[in-house]
Amino acid sequence: MTSADFSIVLPEVVLALYAMAALMLGVYGSKDKLAPVISWATAGLFVALALWIGMGSGEGGTAFGGLFVDDSFSRFAKVTILLSAAAVLVMGLDYLQRGDMLRFEYPVLVTLAVVGMMIMVSAGDLMTLYLGLELQSLALYVLAAIRRDSVKSTEAGLKYFVLGALSSGLLLYGASLTYGFAGTTQFDGILSTLDHGAPLGLLFGLVFLLSGLAFKISAAPFHMWTPDVYEGAPTPVTAFFATAPKVAAMALMARVTHDAFGGIINDWSQVLAALAVVSMFLGAVAAIGQRDIKRLMAYSSIAHMGFALVGLASGTAEGVQAMLVYMAIYVTMNIGAFAFILSMERDGRPVTDIAALNLLSKREPLKALAVLVLMFSLAGVPPMLGFFGKLYVLRAAVDAGMTWLAVAGAVASVIGAFYYLRIVFYMYFGKETEGVEIRMAPVQWTLLVGVALVMVVGIANFFGIEPAAAAAALSLVN
Amino acid sequence: MDNLLSIITFIPAVAAGILALFGRGQDAAAQRNAKWLALFATSATFLVSLFLLAGFDPANTGFQFVEDGEWIMGLHYKMGVDGISVLFVMLTTFLMPLVIASAWHVETRVKEYMIAFLLLESLMIGVFCALDLMLFYVFFEAGLIPMFLIIGIWGGKERIYASFKFFLYTFLGSVLMLVAMIVMYMLAGTTDIPTLMAFDFPHTDMALLGIHIAGGVQTLLFLAFFASFAVKMPMWPVHTWLPDAHVQAPTAGSVVLAAILLKMGGYGFLRFSLPMFPVASDILAPLVFWLSAIAIVYTSLVALAQSDMKKLIAYSSVAHMGYVTMGIFTANQQGIDGAIFQMLSHGFISGALFLCVGVIYDRIHTREIDAYGGLVNRMPAYALVFMFFTMANVGLPGTSGFVGEFLTLMGIFQVNTWVAAFATSGVILSAAYALWLYRRVVMGELVKEALRSITDMSRRERAIFAPLIAATLILGVYPAFVTDIIGPSVKALITDYHAALPAADATQVAQH
Repeated sequence: MTSADFSIVLPEVVLALYAMAALMLGVYGSKDKLAPVISWATAGLFVALALWIGMGSGEGGTAFGGLFVDDSFSRFAKVTILLSAAAVLVMGLDYLQRGDMLRFEYPVLVTLAVVGMMIMVSAGDLMTLYLGLELQSLALYVLAAIRRDSVKSTEAGLKYFVLGALSSGLLLYGASLTYGFAGTTQFDGILSTLDHGAPLGLLFGLVFLLSGLAFKISAAPFHMWTPDVYEGAPTPVTAFFATAPKVAAMALMARVTHDAFGGIINDWSQVLAALAVVSMFLGAVAAIGQRDIKRLMAYSSIAHMGFALVGLASGTAEGVQAMLVYMAIYVTMNIGAFAFILSMERDGRPVTDIAALNLLSKREPLKALAVLVLMFSLAGVPPMLGFFGKLYVLRAAVDAGMTWLAVAGAVASVIGAFYYLRIVFYMYFGKETEGVEIRMAPVQWTLLVGVALVMVVGIANFFGIEPAAAAAALSLVN
Repeated sequence: MDNLLSIITFIPAVAAGILALFGRGQDAAAQRNAKWLALFATSATFLVSLFLLAGFDPANTGFQFVEDGEWIMGLHYKMGVDGISVLFVMLTTFLMPLVIASAWHVETRVKEYMIAFLLLESLMIGVFCALDLMLFYVFFEAGLIPMFLIIGIWGGKERIYASFKFFLYTFLGSVLMLVAMIVMYMLAGTTDIPTLMAFDFPHTDMALLGIHIAGGVQTLLFLAFFASFAVKMPMWPVHTWLPDAHVQAPTAGSVVLAAILLKMGGYGFLRFSLPMFPVASDILAPLVFWLSAIAIVYTSLVALAQSDMKKLIAYSSVAHMGYVTMGIFTANQQGIDGAIFQMLSHGFISGALFLCVGVIYDRIHTREIDAYGGLVNRMPAYALVFMFFTMANVGLPGTSGFVGEFLTLMGIFQVNTWVAAFATSGVILSAAYALWLYRRVVMGELVKEALRSITDMSRRERAIFAPLIAATLILGVYPAFVTDIIGPSVKALITDYHAALPAADATQVAQH
């Protein structure tokens, strides 16, 4: 344990220490009154860390004998996680305050979850992987149930916990099998055992590992918890679930498949392709019947994870790059969408019924227009940025010789377009009924309109994330 | 001017942006401002596009006014026009001011309406100018969004069903094309359209899932593009979205749909299918011929049975597009010249016919043919205009409709006599439904109570029809205006096409 090791994990250490300090402050201070301040401070720290990591010039490296990896890939993922977590944290404050749900634990738990995610994406060993994953998951279980007096929220937390524990079990079983057959838990070690062919046990281990991770990204057929948890959890928490943890789990999946199992790409690429196809179609078809916008967003995220998996399934550096770009765009779109969902209310109570959006465009032309842009972007209709995300992953799939996967993705995106169009339909073509009131905090307004603008303006040059994603992908796949 | 095409393409979009940002309120003054701004922007676009026509050199068969810039993902922002596309740009810029003027009486959400049409114009011009596959796709697909809103917000009773059908039908067709475009990118390593036109896509026979595919990859790519363009055209049997969309769309929407949006399909065949997949085009041409012939006869018969005026004209559009697809795949000078001519002429005629329906719909608020009769007694000017465009639709010599039909039929006759004979019968059928429609609506005694106080066309309406009549007549009497411009480019296209074919035969022979 040298100081060099600690300098590599410094951002994580800082964040973990901050979480402890904030906890102390909350406990011994004036409890929930401090919550808004702590939240803003946390978001500020996230942004500062994102800048630090993003601008960081150090050449990276590994720490603690290969347990922890710092490379362009982890940096890209960390910046995405931190920025999205910061945005989601501040945009939910208004909602939580109104519902009297804002406790000082909220920002602390979010911080701990983020620390877990940062460890996940930097994992160089199955132990680190599990450590990060559990830190993240435990914080998320509590977050889902943060509204202690609500049956739905508690149910969501419990459901998430039970299924999450099951997936952790699967993952651990896979990890133990892998350790048994490879003789090591380090990714490089596993990779070098593969030089002499992959024993069957190792493949079993791989499949269990992937299943456990598929739970976390809510890829079908491991998605069952998603709609219920999305619906039951308070909306700001749902927004958080839909963004940063998805990036972390997806990045972890890329890390495991390429760093540890890079020698047997053909074996896992079929598994991922199957997950991708099932997710895309299930997400698209099952969302059609939804009346609740949060459940709809759950299915939408399942479908989107399917698309991101298409990129990963190609097993190339281009595929990883496509996945990273896709995830960055996906997270941005979801921040905008949830900024809007958070502001939907009627008589001071939150509304999530889609039909309540009837003729919103007449009362709130600008916000309706922003949501329209977001919906078309989520559906992947050009010229919005969402289309270019899809183009990226489809291109990666075709490039890797998986044209059938690209065709499946294209067809699924048409089915998926239907329910996004339905939201537009309610907002623009609907009948005058008792509508929804939009009560927007300035933060939410800024994020909604800002994201919508990004979706349109971003097609000029992707704001330069392309080379960053390419460098990240190259550092992972070599 | 180095970036004339970009200027033409984005003037309407900029106007839409200004309208969105600065157009406030829904009162009468704000509405009037929105309309005038839209009219001004579309007229300005037309005037600027005249520079394009003036600077265009027909003898040069390459792309002109080319702009090229780096874009994301290794794609390029590349624009340019050749003899085939330049007139479509002109058609769009010429029609849009008339479309805006025809929507002058709209009172619900005027600002949004004008924004939708302005954006649509930008996207349509972009489609005809794009010289990069993905850029083309972006323009091509993005046009769905404003049209979806136009049908859905300002449409008739069944507008929601129609708008969803329109969107999902065309979207499904296009995503297959998107995958094909990605495959082409991977095969050729570029998305540059001129390069791809010269690229020789693999065409050796192959087997896929046990099915033997003549023409191999080219055939698959061709079919993927065909899925998109055939829906857009629309060709029988994937035309069913069009009558719904037309009937439900507001008049201005119908005009844009019939006059310009449908032409994107035909343009796509000329820009992509024929030059890029010559072998597959050659193999599948008979299929296209028969689909076109069926479209001409079948949809003409269906048109005879309609009781809704807009639906009748919509089916007539499908029939007329049948001539276009037939002409394109004859791959000879008359056929393709005729197809392009037919598209331009149909742009004027069908647009005008939908405007004719709009004129009386605005007064009586029904499109049922039975609700009318004897209009000539109260509306002589209208009767004359409607008569003119009915005749043009039938293909009366002296109108542009005749030239297009005649040239395509001449083209197909050299390739496939049976299809030609079959298709020619469509001319008679079109005369039947068009004249019958005219007789039922305009001729006879005026007995319906509701029609007693109907007024003739206003000055604004006459002003809208005047340029359309002029265009139809000029092109009918002196078609060389068009054929001189498109001729050289078409000739180059055909030469390349036929040059690719024997080469293909030779490689096939070498392999056996």
